[in-house]
Amino acid sequence: MADKIKAKEVLFNPLSKNNPVVVQILGICSVLAVTAKLEPSIVMGVSVIAVLAFANVIISLLRNTIPTNIRIIVQLVVVAGLVVIVDQVLKAYAYDASKQLSVFIGLIITNCILMGRLEAFAMANKPWPSFLDGVGNGIGYAVILVIVGFFRELFGSGTLLGYQVIPQSFYDAGYVNNGLMILPPMALILVACIIWVQRSYNKDLQED
Amino acid sequence: MNKQSNTYTIIYIIVLVIVVGTALAATALALRPRQQENINADKMAQILAAAMITPEKDGIVADFDRYITSQFVVNERGETLDNVKAFDVDVATQSKLAPDRRELPVYVCTVSEGVQKYILPVYGAGLWGPIWGYVAFDADGSTIYGAYFAHQGETPGLGAEIEKPAFSSQFAGKQVFKDGRFRPIAVVKAGQAPLDGEDYVDGISGGTITSKGVGSMLDNCLTPYKKFLQNLSQQTVR
Repeated sequence: MADKIKAKEVLFNPLSKNNPVVVQILGICSVLAVTAKLEPSIVMGVSVIAVLAFANVIISLLRNTIPTNIRIIVQLVVVAGLVVIVDQVLKAYAYDASKQLSVFIGLIITNCILMGRLEAFAMANKPWPSFLDGVGNGIGYAVILVIVGFFRELFGSGTLLGYQVIPQSFYDAGYVNNGLMILPPMALILVACIIWVQRSYNKDLQED
Repeated sequence: MNKQSNTYTIIYIIVLVIVVGTALAATALALRPRQQENINADKMAQILAAAMITPEKDGIVADFDRYITSQFVVNERGETLDNVKAFDVDVATQSKLAPDRRELPVYVCTVSEGVQKYILPVYGAGLWGPIWGYVAFDADGSTIYGAYFAHQGETPGLGAEIEKPAFSSQFAGKQVFKDGRFRPIAVVKAGQAPLDGEDYVDGISGGTITSKGVGSMLDNCLTPYKKFLQNLSQQTVR
């Protein structure tokens, strides 16, 4: 019973109370870079979930064999390998998205969330909780990406996933897309808004 | 066994690298054919973009076959080379050879019944990495019908603007043969004009090196086509 509650916590805590992006403020760089449109945000989110879950499991399986003084290198090799595989798969099955994401898939390697989870969780826990932790944190990251991508594409381009959402009659009546939404600073402002909303709901996260 | 010893560490990392390396090599090999298909389809879409045709997402290959009615390779003297397929020519390598040794691909695009455009590839260097594009000529061999440019990693908002229609559409209607001389379009600072009366387009403010790169790319890659374009214009006159 106790185990079950823990598994639940491991999986769901990163979604809100311990969200890697809005609470731990990790991985902000890629949130700015890839969220101008919704589709790359989703692809990036799914890629991070996959890489994080598998890296966590692999490192967790190896945790008792890894020599301490090269553990960071081992983690990097595993993450780098997974990232290249994801990049290759995207090039084969989602070429347009991979063109848009260009270097950012490769830069998942440098995403602090990954090294953070591997070092803090996978090195000390069994494979199954590590898998849940990876999926949880990945989803926590992806959720923020999708929220930011949704608002930036909706107000910046008037589309969602490339489909026109804001009707033509709005434009005829003088509505103009907000060009600022497309620019990276707007992602930062949106992330700040999410943080604001989240902190006002979770009083215990507020700092004095 | 001492897990902190040097021997263990070295053997561990060697085994790890071999395992990861094998996994990567296997993935790359397994996915290569599909990736190549995507790359080819993307190249086809870019070629069609120069003739201002936007193919359907799923029908790129079909559209390419429909519009590009023939493709061939010429040399600097304007002679058609047999047994080389234009689509297979690697423009990046060719653009670095001496002009008289290059294989120069030509795509003939039939935009509508009897109206043919000649699409020529170009390749050069921007600020951070390679830039490339396709330039479509009218059948008179001098007037540019349309152009498409792309880049690998130019600065967003500055050099990267060359891929926007705002830049490439400036090329439409420009002449490469002017006053009987062959001069591929210059790219100059907005508001300026070349002294010798060459046709020109405005470069990108803040993207000076990329803009200059486009200019020298056009010089380098279009000049070898001089003879071919001349022949083309003579055919049309006749």
